[in-house]
Amino acid sequence: MTDILTYLIFLPMAGSVLLFFLKKERVATLKVLGFVFSLLTFGLSFIIYFAFDPSNAGFQFARRILWVPSLNISYYVGIDGISLMLVLLTTFLTPLALLSSWKSIEKRVKEYTIMMLLLETGMLGVFCALDMFLFYIFWEAMLIPMYFIIGMWGGENRIYAAIKFFLYTMVGSLLMLVAIIWLGYYASTQPNGRFTTDLLQLYSIAPAVPLTIQTWMFLAFTFSFAIKVPLFPFHTWLPDAHVEAPTAGSVILAGVLLKMGTYGLLRFSVPLFPDATIMFAPYIALLAVIGIIYGALVSMVQTDIKKLVAYSSVSHLGFVVLGIFALTEEGIQGSIIQMINHGLSTGALFLIVGMIYERRHTRMISEFGGLANVMPLFATFFMIVSLSSLGLPGLNGFIGEFLILVGAFKSTYLSQWFAIFSSTGVILAAVYLLWMYQRVVFGKMTNPINQNLSDLSKREIAVLAPVLLFIVWIGVYPGTFLQKSHNTTKHIISVVKQYTQSNLTHSDTTR
Amino acid sequence: MLEQIVHSVKLLQPETALAVTFCVLLVLDLVVRRKSNLAAWLALLGLVVTAFFVLQQASSGQNSIFFNMLAVDSFSVFFKFVILASSFLIILFSLQSDELNSGTRRLGEYYSLIIALTLGMFLMTGASNLLMMYLSIELTSISSYILAGYTKEAEDSSEASLKYVIYGAVSSGMMLYGISMLYGLTGAVDIYGINRALTEGDINLMALMIASILMVAGFGYKISAVPFHFWTPDVYEGAPITITAFLSVASKAAGFAMMMRFFKVSFLDPTVGNLAMGAWASFQGFEWNQLLAAISVLTMTLGNLVAIWQNNLKRLLAYSSIAHAGYMLMGVVVLSNEGLAAVLIYFVVYLFMNLGAFYTVMIVANKTGSEDIEAYKGLGYRTPLIGVAMTIFLLSLTGIPPTAGFVGKLYLFAALINGKWFWLVVIGALNSVVSLYYYVRILRNMFLKTPERSAEPIQFSFAHVTILLVLLIPTILLGVYFGPLVEYAQASLVMFGIQ
Repeated sequence: MTDILTYLIFLPMAGSVLLFFLKKERVATLKVLGFVFSLLTFGLSFIIYFAFDPSNAGFQFARRILWVPSLNISYYVGIDGISLMLVLLTTFLTPLALLSSWKSIEKRVKEYTIMMLLLETGMLGVFCALDMFLFYIFWEAMLIPMYFIIGMWGGENRIYAAIKFFLYTMVGSLLMLVAIIWLGYYASTQPNGRFTTDLLQLYSIAPAVPLTIQTWMFLAFTFSFAIKVPLFPFHTWLPDAHVEAPTAGSVILAGVLLKMGTYGLLRFSVPLFPDATIMFAPYIALLAVIGIIYGALVSMVQTDIKKLVAYSSVSHLGFVVLGIFALTEEGIQGSIIQMINHGLSTGALFLIVGMIYERRHTRMISEFGGLANVMPLFATFFMIVSLSSLGLPGLNGFIGEFLILVGAFKSTYLSQWFAIFSSTGVILAAVYLLWMYQRVVFGKMTNPINQNLSDLSKREIAVLAPVLLFIVWIGVYPGTFLQKSHNTTKHIISVVKQYTQSNLTHSDTTR
Repeated sequence: MLEQIVHSVKLLQPETALAVTFCVLLVLDLVVRRKSNLAAWLALLGLVVTAFFVLQQASSGQNSIFFNMLAVDSFSVFFKFVILASSFLIILFSLQSDELNSGTRRLGEYYSLIIALTLGMFLMTGASNLLMMYLSIELTSISSYILAGYTKEAEDSSEASLKYVIYGAVSSGMMLYGISMLYGLTGAVDIYGINRALTEGDINLMALMIASILMVAGFGYKISAVPFHFWTPDVYEGAPITITAFLSVASKAAGFAMMMRFFKVSFLDPTVGNLAMGAWASFQGFEWNQLLAAISVLTMTLGNLVAIWQNNLKRLLAYSSIAHAGYMLMGVVVLSNEGLAAVLIYFVVYLFMNLGAFYTVMIVANKTGSEDIEAYKGLGYRTPLIGVAMTIFLLSLTGIPPTAGFVGKLYLFAALINGKWFWLVVIGALNSVVSLYYYVRILRNMFLKTPERSAEPIQFSFAHVTILLVLLIPTILLGVYFGPLVEYAQASLVMFGIQ
């Protein structure tokens, strides 16, 4: 059991090594094996889910092996409630993504499957790493498979999109590397201290960093994560990457990769630098609110469905960031559940867009209309997913957005205007999603080519149904999931309160 | 006196072995009329014998021989290994290079010059006397001038050679001027004497500054730092690719070794500073590290920005190697053992990844006859092995984990951050992003574009694969398991005369 996380992280990689030795002509075997490995990983994560003890706010299944003795770097993995949810999201979406590309990826299947599995290892590593050095390695290494997935199997402008994605992330992450090393050295200046990248040790050391330095470190970390989220105005890589990526790439990109940014904020920026967090909370929340409204407004005018969904991500992720920087229990819980929701809903939207693209090889809204007549099943699935994305009560999106807005209202660090303005994002979401839905699915069938479209196949239903199950589950009974991250959230909030320097000095004087 | 000479001769075994190999190769070339690879194999044998002697030196402690002419210490031994490894690999490359082996050209002379070049570099790593420094630089330079123009029939090769000579002459002239000024100021030609004079005497700082700038010109030329880099792109493009690869690694290593020894031993103030912590102080008011910082920034930025526009891969790698010299200079700027250790680590890493990239370019050029980036279109599918290998070398040059290049950058950045050079480290980081752009351009052509004309795979033999693996395995392995390398580099910082 102590090594279970290691098995989980490296199982997909083992799969990709195995696939490497298969002949590339054996397409069917390659696809099945890739899928089986991703399913096995999901199974393993399921075991972890049940073995996870929600009453424990600390890190579980922790495993630590000294790696570089001279720099005190270790291979250190472990999960808490937050990482657990994201690990599950990753292992859940990867098999679905592979299944969805069963037919759409025809060339270089071997390379594709290998890249997807490597990507999964990278993502799981990011969510499980408890050593910042290890975290950084997974964070960076994961860029390579994603670059190839966008660049090799993407749309027309894929090469531009792939390099833009790579460069943007790289700028941020190198600054983060500088901050990581700086923090490590700061630890070594402590009494009896030595260089360390151990996150748990740094949790107690970092908050005491003098505020001027803390500000810089916080900004370096947050900048890196803000690009990944993406927070307005660092979002410009996202529409390109999303639109050009193949369906499965978009699903993983929206579903998991963006969450790495918000996860980073929650795991590193906030608990490591509480003072700087409080200082910058209103500014970051402001960017988040701008992102919510801007993303929604831009979505509204899109003519390409995929681009619309891409911009809606900017809006939805704005909510997540707002929830995190509200620094209240509701806000953060809402953010965690909203990360999952966005992974499910937007992932499903991308899947649906992919399905329609496979049939028509276009994603222009104006090309469609009246699909409900020929594709009733498709229309139903599309409806539910759209409603979930816009936050209809009873479906998952509502829970997350509601909690975030409550959290933002209650926040002592943010003015209420943030919540008020961001709630317009919910309304705008209804406008752009329903309007798009209406133009695509309802109305008269104006384009005769659409007459002969086939409804969803069994494979496609198998891809969408599991997502739908969770969309409804979270919407009706979110407790199953909230309960897992409840204690971890509380812990983070208490850390922020306890370690702010005013509190530290205050308690010193009272003693 | 005699005792000292006998002692010194004993410690000169590696250099002697190289000199003997050089002579044997020269004679062989006269005696054997037939065209054969005998010379290459003999050169390799000579290098193995030399390696054996260097290995013996590794345990002989710190010595200075021939009345402080040369230092034989852990520091020089480390660089000797780097230089030996690259000479060995370059001779292997040369055996497979079509560019060299085509026609009726006989290569005995070529291999003997490589050995002479290696000898010069060996002397550079240990040189602790200004005149010795100058002589060893000249020995390397003259050998490299000839080698750069070795493919006489190619016009650009001759042009490269001539340019190299002219720039070399100017730089070594400047350095000689610096040497004479230093001698005039301190009355000493060995670096220990200079250090003593600086500690005791009252020396005009302005004059000292000018003298050391002139010295930097000499070093800067060897490591192709901006603004002494102008020869680099033309020479690298025109010279045979094996020589380009050799110059980009070994010649730089020797230049860095000499520069670090010169600055550390001469300008370190033993009365100030905290040697126990590994940080050192230079003489009051004499901030030559600011000068090096400026050169470092210029070097990496110019190297990277110009590399973006290159379509010839040899030229692109030339500019990239300029940029890498800039990164490594950052380590010297910090004035700490940590910084120097980072440079040493970087050199080992750089040896494998840079030679790997050049070797791949050579294999492709053998087959397609082109070094243009267009020739790489679809290479990843035509010849997956070479495509994947090149990808790993390029990612390592960018510094993306889990490759060795990342470890090199990590230690450089760490040293800078510990020395509070934040602005410099940020510039270094941003430069890495710029470099990502042009390295990925090659990746893009290999994997994301389809070939236009001939889509036939590139043939390669077992020997090719072996050499590729010899370069590839360390490039990956050192990215994951680098503890021993780091420890060895840190232990190799000991220079004669300095704790």
